[in-house]
Amino acid sequence: MASMREIKRRKGSIQSTAKITKAMKLVSTVKFQKSKGRAENSKPYFDKMYETVSSILAKSGNILHPYLTSGGDGKKAVIVITSNRGLAGGYNSNIVKLVLDSGLSKEDTVLYAVGRKGKDTLSRRGYEVAGDYSEVMEAPMYTDAMDIGKDVLKAYKNNEISELYLAYTSFKNTVTHIPKLIKLLPVNQAAADEVLKDGSDDQRPPAPMNYEPEPEEVLDALIPKYVCSLIYGALMEAAASENGARMTAMDNATSNAEEMIDQLTLSYNRARQGAITQEITEIVSGSEALA
Amino acid sequence: MAENTMMLQIISPDRVFYEGEATMLEMTTTEGEIGVYPGHIPMTNILKPGIVVIHEGDQIKRAAVHAGFTEILQDRVTIMAEIAEWPDEIDVNRAKEAEERAKRRLSEKGEGLDVARAEMALRKALTRIELVERYK
Repeated sequence: MASMREIKRRKGSIQSTAKITKAMKLVSTVKFQKSKGRAENSKPYFDKMYETVSSILAKSGNILHPYLTSGGDGKKAVIVITSNRGLAGGYNSNIVKLVLDSGLSKEDTVLYAVGRKGKDTLSRRGYEVAGDYSEVMEAPMYTDAMDIGKDVLKAYKNNEISELYLAYTSFKNTVTHIPKLIKLLPVNQAAADEVLKDGSDDQRPPAPMNYEPEPEEVLDALIPKYVCSLIYGALMEAAASENGARMTAMDNATSNAEEMIDQLTLSYNRARQGAITQEITEIVSGSEALA
Repeated sequence: MAENTMMLQIISPDRVFYEGEATMLEMTTTEGEIGVYPGHIPMTNILKPGIVVIHEGDQIKRAAVHAGFTEILQDRVTIMAEIAEWPDEIDVNRAKEAEERAKRRLSEKGEGLDVARAEMALRKALTRIELVERYK
């Protein structure tokens, strides 16, 4: 059995860890409420944008446009959204795993990283980082999404990248966060068709859409907005997921620590009782020897 | 509601800016100013910074909308705005400063000037000032 002093020291150290995790849990709960609210507010825009672009694509038939056809044989690009800080359970490693398992090899993939954790891990694995926007993760705003969007679209237009993906953690509810990899460019006609099929329960006949100016010009203006809004929506959901994940992780850590403290208290008391019993036995046997 | 109204939704990235019935709608597109009554043919436009006027029977509401697009369907109009503001949310002094800054940049014609961006900023500032000062 470990000595009393040793047990006491361990208990003290676990107690102070528990204090930290408890405080972090409280902080992330507050942050979570805030970012959840923002994610929910941005959801209508995100959904409507997706729906509108998809229905435009479905209605407009076969428009030839660089954003719709695969651009050259350049590298593939992934926008990887992770957190800047750890202690969020599997939050970051799930995204990293998703990227590693997606079949995007490190030779022909470049990263646009949002969040230091994902950037560091993936660049250690040999991926090339073309852009780093980690600081926006603290408080993502729409203009940040526009900045990222502008950079990737420029690279896409210059044929530096041929495909664009977005890896982020989608926020379902407080405990369920799903890592997702979606294709942003070229805009996926098949996905658009699917959306239209899903929406067929409302009885509106698909009226032919008119464009002012020409369809090509509309798409030219629309698709950058579409990409930016998807990035923005992903940032919002990722922020909510990050805080949610941290909250759950810290809650687990706190209850684990409490369990360990209980066990250590038990063995400390047992060790103390053992020591007392031993002392008594020694005294008794000593006085017996004298008598 | 009566037959001659349409559903209007103005959605910006941070919130659902406006949702309700409207009898007429005026807005500024890249092709010029247009007015939309219920029963319009389906159309998609790109918006320029400008004032969107919402007619709700006799009531008129005005809002500044910068950049975005609209999807017009027979019975509903959706405006996807990157920025949308009510008059009482606008800081006129800031808008005036932005106007000065944009004008100066355009007149200096300095190296590496992003003309499109400066013009856009100027137009935004002018829209804000117009909305507040003319319709106070």
